[in-house]
Amino acid sequence: MELVADVLERNGLLFAFVIVGALMMVSGWLSKTLTRGRLQGSAIAIMLGLVLAYIGGVQTGGEAGLADIAIFSGLGLMGGAMLRDFAIVATAYGVDLQEIKKAGLAGGLSLILGVFVSFVAGALVAAAFGYTDPESMATVGAGAATYIVGPVTGTAVGASSEVIALSVAAGLVKSVVVMVGTPMIASVIGLNNPKSAMAYGGLMGTTSGVAGGLAATDKRLVPYGAMTATFYTGLGCLLGPSVFYFALRFLFGA
Amino acid sequence: MVLYGVAALALCMLVGMIIGDLIGVAVGVDANVGGVGFAMIMLVLATAWLRKKGLFPKSTEQGVLFWSALYIPIVIAMASTQNVAEALDGGPMAILAGLTALACGAALVPALSRIGGRAEPLPPMTDEEKMEA
Repeated sequence: MELVADVLERNGLLFAFVIVGALMMVSGWLSKTLTRGRLQGSAIAIMLGLVLAYIGGVQTGGEAGLADIAIFSGLGLMGGAMLRDFAIVATAYGVDLQEIKKAGLAGGLSLILGVFVSFVAGALVAAAFGYTDPESMATVGAGAATYIVGPVTGTAVGASSEVIALSVAAGLVKSVVVMVGTPMIASVIGLNNPKSAMAYGGLMGTTSGVAGGLAATDKRLVPYGAMTATFYTGLGCLLGPSVFYFALRFLFGA
Repeated sequence: MVLYGVAALALCMLVGMIIGDLIGVAVGVDANVGGVGFAMIMLVLATAWLRKKGLFPKSTEQGVLFWSALYIPIVIAMASTQNVAEALDGGPMAILAGLTALACGAALVPALSRIGGRAEPLPPMTDEEKMEA
């Protein structure tokens, strides 16, 4: 038994391929039998993945979900930023640049609006929970943008570590709900063409959320959504500790 | 050769990442700004040009298509390594902040999609494409 576990640990990436393969097979079967194909297999697989991540996180108290359990550590490499971005770029192969040009204006606007709307929504929620100082509001607002913008802003404006932790949590929640929620709201918001996918990527901004959500909706939309989402965190880090924080200080500062 | 495709893809990504990091440094932000986006545009332009010159044969193409096909499995692996426990640990405020940001953003999608004329939905997936997904 120990010998087997040792082999699996040493060949972590290969074991990750096997696990994900099994997960996809189960999900495909669930999709066919339980939902008669209405909920895509990939959507179910992503949800199962998140459930496993929760179990892993609770078991180990670590930060990397299931990958914190030693024999599953290969999932961390397979699902890490390097291979994820590599595969996202690969999905762009054969994309029509004309489509991107046509949606350029909508995509650019969506980025600015997306960062702004997330900031405001997060800051208002923070205020509603009694965090009314500009530092905390800015930090939670930034966290509602993405879980990278939150701590960057929080550190820059000198927010408390408790608030910074909350901002990371807010960003993680957004990323998870975007993954699970995108296929469910896709038809309501008209997410079925390259242009709306670019707008969606810019409005949501969480690369992992958009990557997972669009994969579960229609894989052909992935490159368009990822194209704009990739600018979001940088823009958020730029605006969070500066424009947004100063606006809050001006409005609510003592 | 299959590897040529993989190498071209990797080169595009690395150059894109460097550009993204440089922009980050230029605007004074500790983040990669648009690296994946630049890499995608480079890949599209470079492969279109190579194909026209006949330098991107089917076998080379396979190297790119393989990674594109691995996209969904990779995303599933990514989902299983998310910090879901901490997200839920953040309590009602974190959950509400994340949900509100999603709801407000999603509500704007139809408005933004209208800019510059309506876009046609993609045709339904063929059975072959479904098999790949």
